[in-house]
Amino acid sequence: MSTRALLLRRHSVLPGFSLSLGFTLLYLCFVVLIPLSAVFLKTLTVSWSSFVDTVTSPRVMASYRLTFGAALLAALVNGVFGLLVAWVLVRYRFAGRRLVDALVDLPFALPTAVAGIALTTLYASNGWIGRWLPVKVSYTPLGVLVALTFIGLPFVVRTVQPVLQDLQRELEEAAATLGATRLQTFAHVILPALAPALLTGFALAFARALGEYGSVIFIAGNMPMVSEITSLLIITKLEQYDYTGATAIAVVMLVAAFALLLLVNLIQAWARRRQGR
Amino acid sequence: MNALAEELALPAAGGGARTPTAPLAMDATGEPAWVRRTLIGLALAFLTLFLLVPLVAVFVQAFAKGLDVYWAALTDADALSALKLTFLAAGISVPLNLVFGIAAAWAVAKFEFRGKNVLLTLIDLPFSVSPVIAGLIYLLIFGLQGWCGQWLRDHDVKVVFAVPGIVLATTFVTFPFIARELIPLMQAQGQEQEEAARVLGASGWQILWRVTLPNVKWALLYGVILCNARAMGEFGAVSVVSGHIRGQTDTLPLHIEILYNDYQFAAAFAVASLLAALALVTLVLKYIVERRAHASNAPEPRHEH
Repeated sequence: MSTRALLLRRHSVLPGFSLSLGFTLLYLCFVVLIPLSAVFLKTLTVSWSSFVDTVTSPRVMASYRLTFGAALLAALVNGVFGLLVAWVLVRYRFAGRRLVDALVDLPFALPTAVAGIALTTLYASNGWIGRWLPVKVSYTPLGVLVALTFIGLPFVVRTVQPVLQDLQRELEEAAATLGATRLQTFAHVILPALAPALLTGFALAFARALGEYGSVIFIAGNMPMVSEITSLLIITKLEQYDYTGATAIAVVMLVAAFALLLLVNLIQAWARRRQGR
Repeated sequence: MNALAEELALPAAGGGARTPTAPLAMDATGEPAWVRRTLIGLALAFLTLFLLVPLVAVFVQAFAKGLDVYWAALTDADALSALKLTFLAAGISVPLNLVFGIAAAWAVAKFEFRGKNVLLTLIDLPFSVSPVIAGLIYLLIFGLQGWCGQWLRDHDVKVVFAVPGIVLATTFVTFPFIARELIPLMQAQGQEQEEAARVLGASGWQILWRVTLPNVKWALLYGVILCNARAMGEFGAVSVVSGHIRGQTDTLPLHIEILYNDYQFAAAFAVASLLAALALVTLVLKYIVERRAHASNAPEPRHEH
């Protein structure tokens, strides 16, 4: 009963608070927190200068440029097309709309390795799509972009969609009454209201793309300095039993991912404040 | 069929009847027909190119060399042992995460307590950890150079490059899925029904079994299926801890990689078609869950992982 009294903000007649919260915290610690802390504790065993040397060596820097650059571009593509898809699904009625809606989640459900080999085969120079393209996609950095766009697609759609659904049509009607064109209404009324959701979806897609491995390694070609992503570099170091080097790079990627997670939380807090006003 | 009929009948019956938004064609908040058609066309073209074509390609490539090759790829001894290991890993990690998901949702949705937002962020943490790093952490703990490496070797227990490591990595990667499905729905449902049951003398377990779980059964089912699909399809994390011992520590996705790198494309796609079929089942189930949620007017669970 003491944990109950200590933590509860409001009294509740329902039982099982200590049991359910206790189990939740215990499981969280054993499955997530303690294992994750291993990465940071391992980093503490190396000196600062050797840590910096490892995470800024030319090959690692090249992998950051590719990973962050392709992830950013893919998130931008998803921002534009995700907004378009969400808009079409919410605002228009057409045959098969619900099936299309369900299909949007495919990248969540399809294993990354399956997506990887399918995209590689499609975009190879003799593939269904690749043969029509003027440039080589599979086995180049462009292929990384294609794979990251695939896996990030649902994030923007699924964060924008509910907000668009709840958007008050009265505001748009008011804008129209005041003489705004449809495009002005979109730019000055609808887009600002969607901005937090759009940014959240963008950040989630970006974060997911940063850590992606399975779908990329098949299509990237994995040439050091050219088309080698950071996740693959971690694996390469592990295969050479360079656990310290792998951990150092992993810490950099984890910090980037946590910064994005923080950003998402800040955007959502900002959106809540704005809505409350 | 029913779904399709309703889909087609919707515009004629007036889309506004089902959704709070008004009919679109006439008022000042709609777009001209040509804009509408162009936008729909663009969106469908993008989704076809990026989602539908890859999905279709998996099945076409799987049967490209005929049924015999397809069947041979699935009944190969290594494929069968990969299938068995995949079922084992999912069979352990999904129930663990199911119990966790129910406990976490009960604590978060039914009580107001300090630090709830921190807890919610921590539950989401594995989503933002790269799968490769998820594998790495278990190497650091259980690997030969790791915290418990020496002790484990002395006692002849294998964790990494063996089945337990694969199970652990899978559990980590699929950790938030069921909790994330249940928490928003149970929060939206509130606790009045549970409180009523309590007043009528029901015990905690009776409330859970007879009130709470029946109320969330569809979201729970979808959470389990999604968690299972992710568990069976996990590649990066498992790849790090598996050690790639053929016929022993290869799961289905790792087996696909081996076949593909061996230029056995038809066989790789044959095995991949199993996992793609699982993904399709997941999507169909989500479709059903959302229709049920819609029909019973309960708020739809949000999926933002």
